Amino acid sequence: MTDFFGKRWHDMGGDPAGTIDHDQHDFALWEKRVDALMVLSSSKGLMNTDSLRRVLEDMGPEAYEKMTYYERWIASVTQNMIEAGAFSPEELATKMEEITSRGDTYGAAT
Amino acid sequence: MPHDHLSPSGHPYRADDDTPLTYWQTMEIAVRELLIEKGHLSAVEIQHQIDAMDARSPANGAKVVAKSWVDPEFKAALLKDAGSACRSLGFDIGPMHLIAVENTDDIHNVIVCTLCSCYPRNLLGLPPDWYKSREYRSRTVKEPRKVLGEFGLEVAPNIEVRVHDSTADMRYIVLPNRPPDTESLPEEELAKLVTRDSMIGVGLPKHLSELNA
Repeated sequence: MTDFFGKRWHDMGGDPAGTIDHDQHDFALWEKRVDALMVLSSSKGLMNTDSLRRVLEDMGPEAYEKMTYYERWIASVTQNMIEAGAFSPEELATKMEEITSRGDTYGAAT
Repeated sequence: MPHDHLSPSGHPYRADDDTPLTYWQTMEIAVRELLIEKGHLSAVEIQHQIDAMDARSPANGAKVVAKSWVDPEFKAALLKDAGSACRSLGFDIGPMHLIAVENTDDIHNVIVCTLCSCYPRNLLGLPPDWYKSREYRSRTVKEPRKVLGEFGLEVAPNIEVRVHDSTADMRYIVLPNRPPDTESLPEEELAKLVTRDSMIGVGLPKHLSELNA
């Protein structure tokens, strides 16, 4: 690694960056559900804030640029659930395939 | 910085229910249904959690701030242990440690989370998008006055700016200065002057003349 500055990518305090974008979006239902899944899975002892962040940080800077906030969160929650043994990768794959056959929109598939 | 010309998100945040189902939305549905099927969670619990989250707003924090302005004993308790003081008002602030930092004539406080998006969400609701942005996270600790200027807040040079970097376990809330000429205002009216941004430190409470604006 040639551009290691003694800190990992997520530790961005002090890094150069542009002007702040003040645009605000309304949280969509699926985003609120991701948030709820994180909070509830944590309250059940299946994960915690540290394990959420460990997966987020391991995703690297590309994920931070290409994925939205709650996209990164659901990726981390999923990884944590698999590690906790809540379900298997196979069960997840089967379930996701079944969901995509329900309809073309979130409203239809949920 | 290879990506600093991009927004934190490479594509639009908003995805309404009538837009094509995305991979990550499919994953959310799958995880939720699997956790329910396996008995880890119930659909009712998830709905209640969303309801609780929706019910949280900066109005909660505003009540805390307004009380601190009129009740010196409460203010002392808040500055000593913000978590306990907020719980005493009936706010469920969860297991996190909460520290209230007080603005004075000489000190202006602002909060940030350089590492992620830690925010006193149980008191203020979910953080605004800009709070989670690379720009705010990176620059606030380095050039806070310039950042505050982008929020329209010019802090006089003789006022010290203190930046508080939150962590997963330690959250902050700013206790802004009480606006002038509000001595006769009751607590409920005072709370209406307290803005979200004033409790993050990127703004000030409303002026009395803006009370019903």
